[in-house]
Amino acid sequence: MYRYDEFDRTLVSERVAQFRRQVARRLTGELSEDQFKPLRLMNGLYLQLHAYMLRINVPYGCLSSAQLRALARIARRYDRGYGHFTTRQNIQFNWIALADAPDIMADLAAVEMNTMQSSGNCVRNVTADHYAGRAADEIEDPRVWCELLRQYSILNPEFSYLPRKFKLALTGSPHDRAAVAVHDIGLRMYRDEQGRPGFEVIVGGGQGRTPAIGKTIRQWIEPRHIILYVEAILRVYNLYGRRDNIYKARIKILVTALGIDRFRELVDAEWEQIRATGPVIDDAERARIQACFAPPDYDRAAAGDDPSPAAGISDPAYDAWLRSNVVAHKVAGYAIVNLSLKAPGRVPGDLAADKMERVADLADRFSCGELRINHRQNLSFVDVRRRDLPVLWRALSTLELATPNIGLASDIIACPGLDYCSLANARSIPIAQDLSRHFADTDKLQQVGSLTINISGCMNACGHHHVGNIGILGVDKRGAEFFQLTLGGSADENPSLGDRLGRGLPQADVPAAIERIVDAYLALRGDDETFLQTYRRVGIEPFRAVVYEPQGTTRQVA
Amino acid sequence: MTTLIKDGQAAKDIYLRIDGDDPIPDGGALLVSLPVWQDHWQRLTRRPDPIGVVLASHEHPEVIADDLENFAVIALEFPTFRDGRAYSYARLLRDRYGFSGELRAIGDVLLEQLHYMERVGFNAFELAGDDPLAELETARGDFSVWYQGAVDGRRPASVLRQARTSASK
Repeated sequence: MYRYDEFDRTLVSERVAQFRRQVARRLTGELSEDQFKPLRLMNGLYLQLHAYMLRINVPYGCLSSAQLRALARIARRYDRGYGHFTTRQNIQFNWIALADAPDIMADLAAVEMNTMQSSGNCVRNVTADHYAGRAADEIEDPRVWCELLRQYSILNPEFSYLPRKFKLALTGSPHDRAAVAVHDIGLRMYRDEQGRPGFEVIVGGGQGRTPAIGKTIRQWIEPRHIILYVEAILRVYNLYGRRDNIYKARIKILVTALGIDRFRELVDAEWEQIRATGPVIDDAERARIQACFAPPDYDRAAAGDDPSPAAGISDPAYDAWLRSNVVAHKVAGYAIVNLSLKAPGRVPGDLAADKMERVADLADRFSCGELRINHRQNLSFVDVRRRDLPVLWRALSTLELATPNIGLASDIIACPGLDYCSLANARSIPIAQDLSRHFADTDKLQQVGSLTINISGCMNACGHHHVGNIGILGVDKRGAEFFQLTLGGSADENPSLGDRLGRGLPQADVPAAIERIVDAYLALRGDDETFLQTYRRVGIEPFRAVVYEPQGTTRQVA
Repeated sequence: MTTLIKDGQAAKDIYLRIDGDDPIPDGGALLVSLPVWQDHWQRLTRRPDPIGVVLASHEHPEVIADDLENFAVIALEFPTFRDGRAYSYARLLRDRYGFSGELRAIGDVLLEQLHYMERVGFNAFELAGDDPLAELETARGDFSVWYQGAVDGRRPASVLRQARTSASK
């Protein structure tokens, strides 16, 4: 993974010192909360319902075991012994005292981490496919471009006061695991007719209160041009994005208002202006960064290992885990293993400090000391020798991190919701806990198959409800929490926004409604059809009927 | 009350602001709004004293790109620190339109923004506060490393890294 050199270290420690002075000015009252707010936000520090929340970048999801141990120490010393992994490859601590924030940032800097621009109207943490560099279906590892874009965006003097926040996501695979179509800019690698790898550039996607699937602004661009092309997009956005209304300030609104063709004209005109003189990606610098992502020394003998190791295990739970949580690796004899943070009844994405340390130990022992965070709030070990799978499974099982549910109904995304967040209308976490208990039965899970359920506690959509196969949105109706369902959303390479099912339901009715939707799907599905495929074939009406007219005679599903 | 800082020094602001229907005096340096410039440029350019123009945050400098030789100063307004358009305007004025005169940041100009502003080409600031020179010094001392090349010509980390590598060979 990327390692800081003296320049990165200096920049991050100077940022910590700057923030320490700003906090001191706030604590003495020299800065008012109004003046301090933009400064703390640019450093990932939010004021939530009960305390300050600190959001820490995990750039494009890559984390070392040493960094995870540092996070565990922070959780114990400064928080309440746990952290929360988010949908943006960040980790958040929810119970932070303002006076401690600079010390935490210094502790993070010591392990080459930072909180810079994890909030604010600037370019946020660059996210990527969490299997980058390892996936069997990958064209090229996108992380060198992720890191170049990270450095380009940090303290960028021209683009630190954009109309609104700005999110970039990259994937090097045709199969999109990074939800690039719902980002301000999404970069998807594919090969042109001559077989050259390049990026499709997608712009103006996003969730929130005005969800949009991004539009292709450029079919294919050579990767070495990507920084300049992003600069052209950012400049057009900075100049023409709306600033009169924060709800209409994201780039998706500008792209929609101008139309993608006019927007493309503006960007291409800007790009033509700067491509001769703008910042060029230096080959030597690119090579330096690329070297950080060199794969580990794989054991060639691994190719001769038993491809489905089960030495002494005749446990259906192990087989289920292999099917759901273990993914093909590009190197024979190795596998990618997903650690589920969604055991029944658990808070999605939360991990206790002692478990962080155990996971770090397992990463050292089984996966080259590194792990990944993904946007579905789970962790991945990406370099596991297949013959180690049984031992690893046992170790993960004792930690409750081997629930065989990756991509299945109980692998639920949930935002922190009204339990923590000052923006929320409703509590997401209890719904997620209820549903994960509801789908605790492994056989039922496997029978239902691929199904994403995403829960947001308000229309800001941090829980990605718009792109869940089943989306659940918390709304406030005259002071009471209600939940609105959407069906048919998807964040993969065939993205779609969910359709609203009908009126909101009280919390107590949500699990039964989901159950009826799932049962209706099981009754309607064709051979090997996923929930999404069935939904796209039959439409919303059969599902509407079972939720809102469960006593009806024609549509009733037992 | 604001203090003008120019090229790192406290400076006397010799310009009189002219906007709307303000009468245009016969003598003295003037800093005029864009509409005043557009309505009275013939008269203004006949005067011997220096002229500057103020651009509000919605006024793109493209509209004065052909007039730049007339201006000793261009002032870009930040109606609120959140409005970041003038960072791009400054960069375009320096890099694309080749303006080499005084580029002044006015309005909601805060300590934490100064290093961004210097990097995109501003060399003058109207600052509130008791000791704006000290503020500028603090802001300049915050960072010694930059990831991006910008108008100020400071070499970014990527260039310094390669310089160091070739020096050690």
